[in-house]
Amino acid sequence: MAAINLNVNGKTLSVDVDPATPLLWVLRDHLNLVGTKFGCGMAQCGACTVHLNGTAVRSCSLPVSSVKNNAIVTIEGLSETGDHPLQQAWEELDVSQCGYCQAGQIMSAAALLKRNPKPTDQDIDNAMSGNICRCGTHVRIRKAIHLAAKQQSTK
Amino acid sequence: MATNYSRRNFLKVSALSGGGMLISFNLFNLPAEAKVLGEMVFAPNAYIKIAADGTIVLLSPNPEIGQGVKTSLPMIIAEELGVDWKKIQVELAPLHSQMGRQTAGGSGSVRGRFTELRTVGATAREMLTTAAAQQWNVPVTECTVENGEVIHKASGKKLSYASLASAAAKLEVPAKPTLKDPKEFKLIGTRVKDVDAHKIVTGQPLFGIDTRREGMLFAMVSRPPAYGKTLGEVNDAAALKIEGVKKVVKIKNAVAVLATSTWAAKKGRDALVIQWNAGEKLENSAEHFAEFKKLLEKPAPTAPARNDGDVDAAKQGAAKILDVTYEIPALSHGQMEPLNFYANVKDGKVELFGPTQVPGSVRSEVSKLLGIAEDNITISSPRQGGGFGRKLMTDNGVEAALISAAAQCPVQVQWTREDDMQNDFYRPAEMWRYRAALSADNLLSWHQSGVGIGRGVRGDSYVAGCIANYRAEGQGFTSNTPTGWWRAPGANTLAFVAESFMDEVCTALKKDPVAFRLELFKKAKEQTVGKINYDPEKYKSVIELVTKMSKWGTKTPGVFRGFSTWFSFGSYVAQVVDVQMVDGQPKVKKVYCAVNCGRVINLSGAENQVQGSIVDGISHAMFPKITFVNGAVAETNFNTYKFLRMKDAPPEIEVQFVESDEAPSGLGEPALPPVAAALANALFAATRKRFRKLPFADQLG
Repeated sequence: MAAINLNVNGKTLSVDVDPATPLLWVLRDHLNLVGTKFGCGMAQCGACTVHLNGTAVRSCSLPVSSVKNNAIVTIEGLSETGDHPLQQAWEELDVSQCGYCQAGQIMSAAALLKRNPKPTDQDIDNAMSGNICRCGTHVRIRKAIHLAAKQQSTK
Repeated sequence: MATNYSRRNFLKVSALSGGGMLISFNLFNLPAEAKVLGEMVFAPNAYIKIAADGTIVLLSPNPEIGQGVKTSLPMIIAEELGVDWKKIQVELAPLHSQMGRQTAGGSGSVRGRFTELRTVGATAREMLTTAAAQQWNVPVTECTVENGEVIHKASGKKLSYASLASAAAKLEVPAKPTLKDPKEFKLIGTRVKDVDAHKIVTGQPLFGIDTRREGMLFAMVSRPPAYGKTLGEVNDAAALKIEGVKKVVKIKNAVAVLATSTWAAKKGRDALVIQWNAGEKLENSAEHFAEFKKLLEKPAPTAPARNDGDVDAAKQGAAKILDVTYEIPALSHGQMEPLNFYANVKDGKVELFGPTQVPGSVRSEVSKLLGIAEDNITISSPRQGGGFGRKLMTDNGVEAALISAAAQCPVQVQWTREDDMQNDFYRPAEMWRYRAALSADNLLSWHQSGVGIGRGVRGDSYVAGCIANYRAEGQGFTSNTPTGWWRAPGANTLAFVAESFMDEVCTALKKDPVAFRLELFKKAKEQTVGKINYDPEKYKSVIELVTKMSKWGTKTPGVFRGFSTWFSFGSYVAQVVDVQMVDGQPKVKKVYCAVNCGRVINLSGAENQVQGSIVDGISHAMFPKITFVNGAVAETNFNTYKFLRMKDAPPEIEVQFVESDEAPSGLGEPALPPVAAALANALFAATRKRFRKLPFADQLG
């Protein structure tokens, strides 16, 4: 066990954990931020996607010791009141079915929009192909990303 | 407390503390004389809670696995009740032993409860209206309801449901409330967003995996690494040394490690040293298929499921004989939320909470295994991260209860993805042989033989009924690899082989695939051969609609089309899949889908289900397969067990529903079965090669 300081959603938090623990489980079990989901444990499905300094990373395969003081943002910290353009677009287009993968989808999409405010379908294919949606909401996910991009540009 | 029972409905109305009304079709505390009536066992069960503070809570009785019933079922109640949808709250109901079919399966939630839930809403509406009429001293017939208020138009008086709730709770329950004229529906048929939409996109705790309870330990379980192996000696010394690990317990054929965190439980589980003994044969998929092939070369040993006319005689004088074989692999469910379950067995009582499609079955099994009466077991389910049939099996819930009982503490059992893949109840592998005799311009006979692990074959689905000489036969195959239900069980494979073969028949006859099917359904309607399980007119309705939507018959350069149609779970679906070939790989550009599922409840949810089923259908046709090697599953995670990704998903899926006043039929599954064949048929159009083996990606290089 080791005391580790983390910068999560703008706050500095301290945890006492095995340094090899994947960030995912530290978030879920030690910080009670359960919005980030476990899907595969090997960076294949994207359910655990969070931002590390604004970049989408798979928290299931990232040992907590490697995070250092880099800024982590989880779905709970993506916006203060749940009104990020992507969250709004997801609600507007009623994207979710079971909903389990959607936090990870939104985090991947948010990282995409940050570096590319007007993504093409091809950009979306590239950025979102690391996230599995077993329910098959892909058509609506694509539309929601385009909608959020549009909303963002008109703000 | 004022409680009145109707002998017809067994509706329970109770005053809530603080003033209010609880209406439920539950059967708690029924008077003794009422219990003898047979009809109550199937009495509808849904709840309406109206509190004096204006809160209206609707309880959705069936598990929510992504099929949208947490939204669509309360919509049905709300429609009849006459409340403002934006102001109500929805909760998932816990299991009540007499709440009817609290199951998510067979696309049965909406179609099974439509009339019942309308009655629930209408009953409450009538009682509230009566309460208002009595208060105003006006005839009930002069009162109407709107947005949670009773209105007396002549006098302009209005009273909210909240203010009427206490008075309404004291009234006699109407024996036969009047249902709304469907023409007056305001909510049913509209687009309504999922009730949990905001919670989902903000990452709030909604799922079984998010369960956190006082004193709870996290558990991971070591189960047999292959089918056919059994638990031998266990050395847990290393596991118990891991920080955070608290206990190790043996249950049946497995060992559980309990710890203060998921990661510690996993490390502990992985540190167990276990001797697994090979008790039975360790099976291989390659052997299964070799055996299937042999079986299909011989006549089926049992009587056919159906045998119209004489398929053998029809071969005499045929211009052409088709004889082809289709091969289908086993599949794992791969629902996104790996299995988990919370259990607390304490002092002769059990609390269960977690993902299941069959809470009633979990409870009865736990009751039997632990010797604890069902009355002392509570079970409820949170929103679930997918189902697809996996949780029609009870193993995850039962296992958690056994672990809690053995460890004597509350426990949250978490499965890894690898656990999930190796311990599934798989869509069974199958092989099908299809034979047809053709004249120069017609189909003379149709002969389908299937073999699969534990599978039979049904003989009443299309094309049975359309042709004079038809035979369907199937044989099961015994294996120790477990099988179960995978979305649209039976239909998902039968539609692939039957509708692929139909396309081969059309090609051989040089007939248009749409026109030829319409010809067959015309025959099925006018000169039905034997019994059929489908309505040819409804098949026609979706075929004609999708033909129009897709402008079937027109050609776009570089775009190759496939057609398919299937009936399952009461609903009819026809699809056109448009494919382009990019660098030798197929890219589905667009899918057109027409559906006849009776009345649509939630247009947004319904469209989402259909689009999702189509994506799921393309996904399973293209990518995943389960291979058993010496009893172990070769594909252990999503790196080798592949699902469709965004780059492979069709950018557009156009869905239209045939307008219908009929009661709703199933929708969580019916749009999946036709897809694989429509895709295979489009691939044939593109490559002139038949894709008779799933998954296709293996054959595309």
